[in-house]
Amino acid sequence: MDLDAKLNEEREMAQFLIKKIDRLITRPVRFMEVCGTHTVAIFRAGIRQLLPEKVDLVSGPGCPVCVTPDEYMDKAIAYAQCKDIILTTFGDMLKVPGTRSSLGEAKAAGADIRIVYSSLESLEVAAQHPDKKVVFLAVGFETTAPTAAATVLQAEAQGLKNFYVLSAHKLVPPALRMLINDPEVKVDGFLLPGHVCVITGTKEFGFLTEEYHIPGVVTGFEALDILRSIYRLAKQVNEGAARIENEYGRVVRAQGNPAAWNILRQVYEPADACWRGIGMIPLSGLKVNAKYRHFDIEEVLPIKTEGTAQKTACRCGEVLRGIIKPMDCPLFGKACVPTHAIGPCMVSVEGVCAAWYKYGSGRFTYGK
Amino acid sequence: MENDRITMAHGAGGQQSQELIERIILPAFGNPLLNELHDGAAVTMGNGKIAFTTDSYVVKPLFFAGGNIGKLAVCGTVNDLSMTGAVPRYLSVGLILEEGFPIADLKKIVATMKSAAEEAGIYIVTGDTKVVNKGAADGIFINTAGIGDIITGTNITPKRVTPGMDVILSGYIGDHATAIMAGRHELVLPEEVKTDCAPLCGLTKAMLTAVPEIAVLRDPTRGGIAATLNEIAEQSNTGILLDETTIPVRPAVMGVCEILGFDPLYLANEGKLLAFVDHDKSEKLLDVMHAHTYGRDACIIGTVTKESAGQVGMRTTIGGIRVVDMPIGGQIPRIC
Repeated sequence: MDLDAKLNEEREMAQFLIKKIDRLITRPVRFMEVCGTHTVAIFRAGIRQLLPEKVDLVSGPGCPVCVTPDEYMDKAIAYAQCKDIILTTFGDMLKVPGTRSSLGEAKAAGADIRIVYSSLESLEVAAQHPDKKVVFLAVGFETTAPTAAATVLQAEAQGLKNFYVLSAHKLVPPALRMLINDPEVKVDGFLLPGHVCVITGTKEFGFLTEEYHIPGVVTGFEALDILRSIYRLAKQVNEGAARIENEYGRVVRAQGNPAAWNILRQVYEPADACWRGIGMIPLSGLKVNAKYRHFDIEEVLPIKTEGTAQKTACRCGEVLRGIIKPMDCPLFGKACVPTHAIGPCMVSVEGVCAAWYKYGSGRFTYGK
Repeated sequence: MENDRITMAHGAGGQQSQELIERIILPAFGNPLLNELHDGAAVTMGNGKIAFTTDSYVVKPLFFAGGNIGKLAVCGTVNDLSMTGAVPRYLSVGLILEEGFPIADLKKIVATMKSAAEEAGIYIVTGDTKVVNKGAADGIFINTAGIGDIITGTNITPKRVTPGMDVILSGYIGDHATAIMAGRHELVLPEEVKTDCAPLCGLTKAMLTAVPEIAVLRDPTRGGIAATLNEIAEQSNTGILLDETTIPVRPAVMGVCEILGFDPLYLANEGKLLAFVDHDKSEKLLDVMHAHTYGRDACIIGTVTKESAGQVGMRTTIGGIRVVDMPIGGQIPRIC
């Protein structure tokens, strides 16, 4: 089939699904996507504007950068400022505000901070600089935690004595449980994070239906993947059903990726974790376990930070729980913009506010 | 500017670069010619109109699939001249070399510059070399400046962009940025993905000879077609509506974008151009472009609108509409 025909077919399929969704939904519903990549994909495809008004899409705490708290950033900055430390990090962390500064500002002021594209690159840096401590900012959900764990295992195998992690890994299912238990949060169905489910499998999300009778559909990242998942949620809502369905079956298996889980469990153990804008969620984070504690920089070289977050009118906490839309925050697009982010949701490219801002909602008139 | 230090975002070609120019550069140097903020300046000297431009090249890695820093330094300046409607004539080359840089690499780079200059029909007539201490530069930095004759009868300025005009793109986007990323991270890509770096003066000369009415020519380098189109929308005070299905992106480039969370609209190109022309001239212009090596895959990707002045929108593959904003900072890979 030639490209034009294929694209026409995509457009027709989209229209077909939207009509179906419109017919199935007879009352206002709210579906939540819990992955920053979905938030961005929904905007990039212009999906929100194609859906009938009664279908409201809200974003959850699905961006690992956004939910990383002030205190963690303060610690990272403090370590980066030590003369004998090289900090390695994914690029999006540079702009995340701590209580007083950001890693980007620390880097411009001379701290040795290096952007890596994979945690394993940190080992090369460590091997090249045996006189320095190399600290990797281990941030991310179930998707990135196994690679960070594999990096620790490899460092052990190589006998590297100067590689460490500063862990702020987070787990998605406990956060969803916390959201559902929040009386302010009302969700009729979840678009479940495809990448996370590649690792966890679908069973980790079974509690949604078993304990709360809320449907969930594991969703891919193409425009039609997302529309098909919304259609499946609409169908379940229409039937009064609550099942976990897998719309991303070409990638996600029910049992997930046991090998990745196994690596993760060798190095990490669940721990309580603080989510920016939300607060402490029990057993929603990962810390390095006793066996590998010598790779945990907080154990090897504890550091004290002080500084209290300034109180602002920022409403990211409510945005991250899907209670309000970014435009409802008084700072959005005014004091808080991507070049000068006040709230965490504006910081990362996959943050909810940043996506709303970038794709023009509340600012632009195109397509209105 | 509140943080008092230059960050990498100031050099990424997006909002912060614009701010740097508006708040620091223009207040100091501003004049009617500079304030145009085109790729090059069109100035009158003696009896004729000439175009004058300069650019510095600091790419890493220095060698990448399909080219090196030397090819970029010649083609980049040649293209900036071409986009003002000029035929490039003379080039200067300034080399800043780091102590310890291999002479063999320098030889390769200047040989590439020689052949790129020959292809562009331009003479390198003046230059300078400086050597700095180890650590004060990253191997080699190159500055080039160039002048050229503006083709008579042309008047390239965003002020002439009017609603109803077509937006024409000369070929596949994102190849250069993808080749650079692949070089940086040792990704293995299919052979067709290499830098598109090329001198476009032959193509622009053919285009302007056939259709001198072209309102705007611009090469979408840093910040990609998104940044360039936003600049044009703002400078012309019109809206631009793209059709996603018409924008040529190679599957391998799309694949890298999906893995790293990039958007091809924001990826740098070094051998592509955007042209704005009246709808009734498009077909003639496309015919000329298709006959040229660097315009073979040219196509119409959008239209200029009266509505939504200053903004760029795009009809998506599935029929929605989204805004294509000015890039903010550099593109960085997502975490998951």
